[in-house]
Amino acid sequence: MRYLLRRFAHAFFLLIGASVLAFLFTTLAPGNYFDEMRLNPQIAPETVAALRAQYQVDRSLPLRYAAWVNSVLHGEMGFSFAYNSPVAPLLLVRARNTLLLAVTATLLAWGIALPLGVWSADRLGHLPDRMLSWGTAALMAIPDLGLALGLLMLAVMTSWFPAGGMTSVDFETFSQVHKLRDLLLHMTLPVAALVLSALPLLVRHVRAAMADVLDAPFLLAAKGHGIPQYRLLYRYALPAAANPLISLFGFSIGALLSGSLVIEVVMSWPGIGPLLVEAILARDLYVVIGGVLFSTLFLVGGNFLADTLLYWADPRIRTETRGQ
Amino acid sequence: MQALLRAENLVKRYPRKPPPGSPENLVALDGVSFAIVQGTTLAIVGESGSGKSTLAFCLACLERPTSGSIWFGDIDIAKLTGEDLRQVRPRIQLIFQDPANSLNPRWSVSEILSEPMILQGRTNRDEITRRSHMLLERVGLSCELEERSPSELSGGQRQRLAIARALALEPEVLILDEALSALDCSVQAQIANLLMELQSSLGMTYLFITHDLGMAAHLADEIAVMNRGQIAEQGPTDKILNLPRHETTRRLLAAVPGLPRGTPPGLEQ
Amino acid sequence: MEALRGVSFDLKPGEILGVLGESGSGKSALASALPRLLPWNGKITKGAIRFEGKDILQASPKELQGIRGKRISLIFQEPSVALHPTMRAGEQVRQVLAAHEPWGKNAMRERTRQVLSTVFPEEVERISESYPHELSGGQRQRVLIAQAIACGPSLVIADEPTASLDPTAQMEIIEVFRTLREKRGLAIILITHNPALLAGLADRVLVLYCGSIVELGPAATVIASPRHPYTKALFGSIPAIFEENVSNRKKKLAAIPGDSMSASLPLTGCPFEPRCPERMQKCRKHEPQLMELAEAHAVSCFLFEGQSKRS
Repeated sequence: MRYLLRRFAHAFFLLIGASVLAFLFTTLAPGNYFDEMRLNPQIAPETVAALRAQYQVDRSLPLRYAAWVNSVLHGEMGFSFAYNSPVAPLLLVRARNTLLLAVTATLLAWGIALPLGVWSADRLGHLPDRMLSWGTAALMAIPDLGLALGLLMLAVMTSWFPAGGMTSVDFETFSQVHKLRDLLLHMTLPVAALVLSALPLLVRHVRAAMADVLDAPFLLAAKGHGIPQYRLLYRYALPAAANPLISLFGFSIGALLSGSLVIEVVMSWPGIGPLLVEAILARDLYVVIGGVLFSTLFLVGGNFLADTLLYWADPRIRTETRGQ
Repeated sequence: MQALLRAENLVKRYPRKPPPGSPENLVALDGVSFAIVQGTTLAIVGESGSGKSTLAFCLACLERPTSGSIWFGDIDIAKLTGEDLRQVRPRIQLIFQDPANSLNPRWSVSEILSEPMILQGRTNRDEITRRSHMLLERVGLSCELEERSPSELSGGQRQRLAIARALALEPEVLILDEALSALDCSVQAQIANLLMELQSSLGMTYLFITHDLGMAAHLADEIAVMNRGQIAEQGPTDKILNLPRHETTRRLLAAVPGLPRGTPPGLEQ
Repeated sequence: MEALRGVSFDLKPGEILGVLGESGSGKSALASALPRLLPWNGKITKGAIRFEGKDILQASPKELQGIRGKRISLIFQEPSVALHPTMRAGEQVRQVLAAHEPWGKNAMRERTRQVLSTVFPEEVERISESYPHELSGGQRQRVLIAQAIACGPSLVIADEPTASLDPTAQMEIIEVFRTLREKRGLAIILITHNPALLAGLADRVLVLYCGSIVELGPAATVIASPRHPYTKALFGSIPAIFEENVSNRKKKLAAIPGDSMSASLPLTGCPFEPRCPERMQKCRKHEPQLMELAEAHAVSCFLFEGQSKRS
């Protein structure tokens, strides 16, 4: 238990550190939202000065950070200059959309990678296994962007799937069932792009972890007891191979998140990705910080989940950390 | 005669809570004191969990005792650090139980042998090669094995290599932590003969840690019986074997699977 | 490389056969070959294994899976790696039962407890709930034995069951085997490199050297008066704990010179010849066959050529 509390504290301090760094880098970067405004000849300099005063952009850095932390504690995350609205609700909606993609893609990718990797390891060295290796290698060579664009092209050419966006124009008029169907149709391509980009690495790691375990003496001993093959694979081998895979799981969440950023932009999925890109270009300070923080939250949360899973899955870790 | 190595009230405590029912004690060493005379062999016998290996590691300065002293001549090596400790290390060497795990499987025999010499500061390659050959011959290994890796050697050959590596540093004390236990019976005899021959020609002092009373009886001048981190009984080999006083000693003697060659005098029912 | 050459023996129900062999003798190959668990690079090229009337070499994979664990069980070396690291001990025994018996949950639990209490007279509950890394070496070994006897096999093959244990734990394991034979009529093939273990436990002893049988006979005879030079040399190299003569201490042991690695094996003749203290000219050119001397005691050595009951 103390192990988990330590990991949690670790995650918490990581978040704080990330927020400080985000704040630091964005404000240190030259220019701010109002500089862009100044370039616009239609807006009078006095207006700009007034706006600057209103947003208190000229206060010192630590003060602004303190004010921001204060507002976070109250459930707000600052104010977006570009959208002219509080950041938090803006981000939350986008975060929900990104999570929808990322979680679905994670579950699907692992759901395919596990049986595929186990199946491949069971036939190690034989033709089916080797063909799978070539396939994953080929898939790994294609960049995420290429996958996304390729799928978009597929959508345009066949009209089976909508080419981007999250919902159809007349989404609100649909019935519940129709709404669900529409959402799923829109989700298919981005999720497919994410899954295809993540799959090869996962499959290879599952296969490698299983191959290591399949050589272990306890597996041969179990075979000697007459345990049937499928149980040997899933009840004996896979749990023993789980440790590196659980760590990989934590890592894959982070990878899928950063992958989703690109895919969201390309496929016009209204997640954190496009919002972040816009905000960076417009120097919309608090949106950028909020976006970075959310991404960090997902990453850290994913790894904490992996730590928890590891603790639960491997009794040896529980014993070693007892009394620490 | 002068005691070369003397342990005084060694205590070693491990901070973690042991798993339930495991024989490992929280207190691995609970006030251990003994002395070894130079040129002799002291056998430390005991069951698993009695603290024998912890003692070996403390004496070899691989672990620091929680309290107590280890007198090597007139230096307390339990308190040494840094450069002083590094000076002492070559004089006490440790041979491990599992020859497969204590030798780097990726290095060749010659690399394994030359490493300690290089660390000592010898850099002349010809001299290193000459010494390596001499060491191999000393332990009964053929120089042809120079380029092999440990995984290509048999258990007995690996253990000989481990001994050669230890000898490269010209130690005064050799601690053998169950060094024969993983070997076949006939190979144990070969290595035991080698050790005895080295002792008589080089005058080395041995600390022989084992749970094999038969081999201990054959090799040791004195036996110390350990139980739960303490020395239950210690004395000359004959006395311990024939007149065991502590319950642990009796138990160990009774458990020896011996070939029927005569019942032990002290245990006749 | 031939791990076993022309090894033939039989085993009666309830008999304990001790197989004495050092590394390179082929004992582990023998242990794995009997339930057909050889690694991917091992093959049985000749011979038959008849078990309860059937030749196992002809059995299909499905039949084999039904035999392993249920009729023939193998207890592996090294209990620390032969148990699944993240499964509780009781669960590991239960898995063996579940693989062969179609019982319900309660019956299974009861049976698991029964099996475990055969090898753990006390503390069954605690051991059952423990993970392997929480148990001592002797306890792990007993869990392995529990797995082996769970389905009531008629033959158990134990490969170096006491190798990594201290003397007290060794005694306990030997007691367990003795009890199993008495209470359940279990036939046991006990493979070890330490002849002292077989004294008082085995009915017959088989001595393996470089893949061939060099001596086979009743345990009492083989141990008290070994005939083959290898067997004699092996017994002679073990220090006797209670020396009649104190000056034997720290003297050279009568170790067998050289080793039995396959690289140094002679191409023709008796495999032990290079190290044999009683070798003759004949031994270099011809390989001796197993010859039966008196009282069902067979030796494979030219020294006994004239004494064989049948040549």
